[in-house]
Amino acid sequence: MAAPKKSVVVKESGQEKANGSPPEFTKAQELAALRDMLLIRRFEEKAGQLYGMGAIGGFCHLYIGQEAVVVGMQMALKQGDQVITGYRDHGHMLACGMDAKGVMAELTGRRGGYSKGKGGSMHMFSMEKNFYGGHGIVGAQVSLGTGLAFANRYRGNDNVALAYFGDGAANQGQVYESFNMAELWKLPVVYVIENNRYAMGTSVSRASAQSDFSKRGASFNIPGKQVDGMDVRAVKAAADEAVAWCRAGNGPFILEMQTYRYRGHSMSDPAKYRTRDEVEKVRHESDPIEQVRNRLLAAKVGEDELKKIDAEVREIVNASADFAQRDPEPDPSELWTDIYR
Amino acid sequence: MPIQVLMPALSPTMEKGNLAKWLKKEGEPIKSGDVIAEIETDKATMEVEATDEGTLGRILIPEGTADVAVNTPIAMILADGENAADLAKAPAPAAKAAESAPPAEAKAEAPQPKAAAHPTAPAAVSEPEPEVPEGTEFITQTIREALRDAMAEEMRRDGDVFIMGEEVAEYQGAYKVTQGLLQEFGARRVIDTPITEHGFAGVGVGAAMAGLKPVVEFMTFNFAMQAIDQIINSAAKTLYMSGGQMGCSIVFRGPNGAAARVAAQHSQDYSAWYSQIPGLKVIAPFSAADYKGLLKAAIRDPNPVIFLENEVLYGHTGEVPKLDDYVVPIGKARVVRKGKDVTIISWSMGMTYALKAAEELAKEGIEAEVIDLRTLRPMDTETIIASVQKTGRAVTVEEGWQQSGVGAEVAARIMEHAFDYLDAPVARVSGKDVPMPYAANLEKLALPSVAEVVAAAKAVSYR
Ligand SMILES: Cc1ncc(C[n+]2csc(CCOP(=O)(O)OP(=O)(O)O)c2C)c(N)n1
Ligand SMILES: [Mg+2]
Repeated sequence: MAAPKKSVVVKESGQEKANGSPPEFTKAQELAALRDMLLIRRFEEKAGQLYGMGAIGGFCHLYIGQEAVVVGMQMALKQGDQVITGYRDHGHMLACGMDAKGVMAELTGRRGGYSKGKGGSMHMFSMEKNFYGGHGIVGAQVSLGTGLAFANRYRGNDNVALAYFGDGAANQGQVYESFNMAELWKLPVVYVIENNRYAMGTSVSRASAQSDFSKRGASFNIPGKQVDGMDVRAVKAAADEAVAWCRAGNGPFILEMQTYRYRGHSMSDPAKYRTRDEVEKVRHESDPIEQVRNRLLAAKVGEDELKKIDAEVREIVNASADFAQRDPEPDPSELWTDIYR
Repeated sequence: MPIQVLMPALSPTMEKGNLAKWLKKEGEPIKSGDVIAEIETDKATMEVEATDEGTLGRILIPEGTADVAVNTPIAMILADGENAADLAKAPAPAAKAAESAPPAEAKAEAPQPKAAAHPTAPAAVSEPEPEVPEGTEFITQTIREALRDAMAEEMRRDGDVFIMGEEVAEYQGAYKVTQGLLQEFGARRVIDTPITEHGFAGVGVGAAMAGLKPVVEFMTFNFAMQAIDQIINSAAKTLYMSGGQMGCSIVFRGPNGAAARVAAQHSQDYSAWYSQIPGLKVIAPFSAADYKGLLKAAIRDPNPVIFLENEVLYGHTGEVPKLDDYVVPIGKARVVRKGKDVTIISWSMGMTYALKAAEELAKEGIEAEVIDLRTLRPMDTETIIASVQKTGRAVTVEEGWQQSGVGAEVAARIMEHAFDYLDAPVARVSGKDVPMPYAANLEKLALPSVAEVVAAAKAVSYR
């Protein structure tokens, strides 16, 4: 984050004042947000560890640092709303309530994984939780998510689709094709641009002529907003506004989440394009989890209560890792299934 | 118990690396996420982050050590309340995860010698053609009308079916295939899109993933190249990648192949392109009845279907059974003309050359059997083989290019399944290996011709 404390830029008639801090969370909300973000952080750390041990193969894109984005967005959704994203998807799945065991077992390519071991880290789905993937082609999920919103509108229900994509993906042509159709047909889709400042090794300034992503829908009249994506309260407030806008039939909404990934692009990224100081600065000044923890401590919530959450989360993650390493690989006959239905 | 920190792998292929540098000293406190060391290989340098909290109890591998094997313990972390005395209790180095995992059942079996023999590989449907009851009335229709009726019938039958594409609604279709649909079904279900193939193909696939049944019209398949990523990467592969959870029932349709005098960018046959993709079904009919019956089947099919039409054929008329629900099964070829001397295999526009050639050949005493594949994937190998076993000779006819073409696939299947029956190598008649020229004479030369089919049939008959 260039400026972690940067104010939320209010473009529409948002509830917050420019330069003001976002609405406070209740203690219950703080605790829930802390738990959900911690679960993602610990899960991702464990995934990184299993990758290092050779138990996870291929590409593995970790979400560490960006946790507040999915956790805050998810707090604004109701049953029936859909979520779709790219390949940096583990956090989104956990936030949607998918089982950590099933996700981890997919990472290790085992039969108990969400895709029976046939999708891997970048391709997982849960019809039950309305999570539509998990897509490996940069930008594809933007059109697909617009299609989910199309289905909502076709059916006349009031569900909203969230389509997450990165600052790099935001330069793909089909994103603008989708923006145009979404506004033209008033589709209920929130485009959540997770601006973590890099697309692999390319910084935003080296790839984007317009680096204020909230303006990327301007020529289609889609409202947009820049949000401090490291503050889960700011994310939730922006999500509430955007989701309400879509649910009311006003068409799409763009949220630029200003966030940061601590780890490399994928596990095999030596990250030479940024300094360690840059990473450390964000980590120390605006870590999304530390922010909540510090607020809770300041509000006199006991260390014990926080430790309990830590322990609960570690147990879930360890159990998922055990399962993911013990569960057998798919039966060879699975090679031939699920090609047609 | 103290926690071991293991030498991590930078990539799945890395076996060892150098421990370049320790960034924490023994006795220093560690939080999860702290960078504790740097390791390097010939390709890259990476940081080792702690995933546990505590104190760096002991460094087991000093910095500067080269060729440290992956999974070697490199340090020990003491948890809160532990001290150096606890270091002795550390567990033995963990076995490499891949080994501790239960062995995968026998490795995937070696490829079967007969690909088609695999039980779950998509086999050609062998249901009989729906009987057209005796006394059924036939109506003479253009292929354009047959397509329109197929869509209208399916839209009446199922509210989840809708059509989207450029000029499909108000303009009534760039080739007038969707004539009248807007008037009957309204703008909610007959949707004019912007000129944005990549985007609307993706929107269609997303809607299908959510359970709707889109019919996506491409003005021509030449423009679907912009959308081919969504067709293949999103539509065709998702069922597999989701372990069977999420498929999409969608039809991509529009004219394919050479039109007339529109040159290279507007005259290409994509039969071979799409027919290579597992997860897609590919249909390319010739007769008006098949256009109708197969489009209805395509719309009902729960899988993504590529429905290749032909602009030149749109105006052709044929007899279409006047039935309430005429559906032709996908995956079944049809023997259009019976013969004993040589088998000619084609589909779509290629059938016009094949059938005329058969007439010419008959005049010379050669009885050609003509097969219309109708569906390219799954391909009805059985019907082809049964015929070649009888005739011992085969000619394929296609407008597309020869290299890696559908004819090449048919020839390979004949070789695999009927080698002993062949009296001559299979011959291929195809579009020439050039971009389509504009000049009338050159365009004619670039396309297959009746004369070429006749010559090929004679050549394989040694006449
Ligand atoms: C169409 C396409 N082009 C290139 C790639 C390779 N690729 C994978 S991720 C990536 C960077 C994307 O960055 P961004 O959109 O900012 O997302 P982030 O990784 O930061 O979450 C690239 C170039 C791809 N998967 N798909
Ligand atoms: Mg990025």
